[in-house]
Amino acid sequence: MEKIEARDVNFYYGDFHALKGITMDIPQNKVVAFIGPSGCGKSTFLRLFNRMNDLIPGARLDGKILIDGQDIYAPGTQVDELRKNVGMVFQRPNPFPKSIFENVAYGLKVNGIRDKKFIARRVEESLRGAALWNEVKDKLDASAYALSGGQQQRLCIARAMAVSPSVLLMDEPASALDPISTAKIEELICELRSQVTIVIVTHNMQQASRVSDMTAFFYMGEMVEYDDTRVIFTNPSKEATQNYITGRFG
Amino acid sequence: MVKFVETELQQLRGGVYDMWTLVSSQMELARQAVLGMDRNIARQVIVRERRVDAMELKLDSEVEDFIALYTPVAVDLRFVLAMFKINGDLERIGDYADGIARFVKDSDAAGLDAELAERLQLETMFSTLLIMMDDLRQSLMDEDAARATSVMAMDDTLDAIKAASGDVLVDYARKNIDAMPLCMGLGGVFRKLERAGDHLSNIAEEIVFYIDAKVLKHPDTSEQ
Repeated sequence: MEKIEARDVNFYYGDFHALKGITMDIPQNKVVAFIGPSGCGKSTFLRLFNRMNDLIPGARLDGKILIDGQDIYAPGTQVDELRKNVGMVFQRPNPFPKSIFENVAYGLKVNGIRDKKFIARRVEESLRGAALWNEVKDKLDASAYALSGGQQQRLCIARAMAVSPSVLLMDEPASALDPISTAKIEELICELRSQVTIVIVTHNMQQASRVSDMTAFFYMGEMVEYDDTRVIFTNPSKEATQNYITGRFG
Repeated sequence: MVKFVETELQQLRGGVYDMWTLVSSQMELARQAVLGMDRNIARQVIVRERRVDAMELKLDSEVEDFIALYTPVAVDLRFVLAMFKINGDLERIGDYADGIARFVKDSDAAGLDAELAERLQLETMFSTLLIMMDDLRQSLMDEDAARATSVMAMDDTLDAIKAASGDVLVDYARKNIDAMPLCMGLGGVFRKLERAGDHLSNIAEEIVFYIDAKVLKHPDTSEQ
């Protein structure tokens, strides 16, 4: 079953044609990696899935993006509802200047949930789900800034998961982390795939091959190849893909 | 590709070519040794076998280092895996040359009956094997998967000559009872050459795997 469907997506930053006729299906509860050189459009494409590009001056989208069969750019779409369903984790951890507890509870509270017992339970579930509970359970009132970079990134994942999204977008989520923290994030991705569909942008080829079920290679705004990750990293059908993943690009 | 990674791949390729040259030379010397029942040449093969083993270990280590340091994917991964397996196959062929040489060294026979050698097609057996080795090496150098595949058919010639050799040797031993040990030893030579041919077929499969990403072995069970 397809979770996300992109149909002939073209995207423009003013006159610059950033994405060119991209059509792809992202299956439910799979991890899909977007790879490609800087400026190829993979992050732009990722950010279209929760309408993060809407407020960029001069930006324009042609084509359709459907999540669960619903056109997310159709008039009347509630963007805040969309973003509740499509969480996002960024390259650098961006916890709020609040306590650990309040960071995870934030999404629930802004969505009108007042039941303290429910919130406390959901915070614990989310922190456990993000493999962070054991490290923070005794200091939930401490500032999120007191955590290490890797812990902060897992806190951001817990914050995103607290509102029970069905899609999680990750834009280079481990590129600023040390190898041990990176491994924890990757383990987390593998565990979360049973609950959510994950789309991850990464420059780390090994990370893409380790965590993803499918991989899409982007170059100059075009999706060159999209296939099973095992195929992409053992026998890609396009020479450009092979040149990129083996480092012969350019 | 970063230049030093390309250099590493070229060095690995060069190492396999060196191994190939050494093992081909071992098999050529084994041919001369057995056809002439020449113990001096046989001793040369036995002494040089240690170089084959040392080169195998060196290449194994280089492959391990390359995988650990550069985590190759796609065509680079297939290349490295192919070189690893080809290295092992070449070493086994080197073992067979050594085994043939040991038979010659330990044999009491003063020479080989020319008529027997002719009936056994021993010269053809060796020359076919050496042609297979040369063709496969060239197919790797030219990245020519079709040429590598065509070499596999030559293995049938080796199998047929080996299969026919048994009756010839039994017949000869019946008529020349003193030549029984020689005949048994020659039977071993044919078995070794036939096995060497199997390893060359494996090498052909590895070359095709590297170039075309096709798995030729075990066609009934392979997914690709």
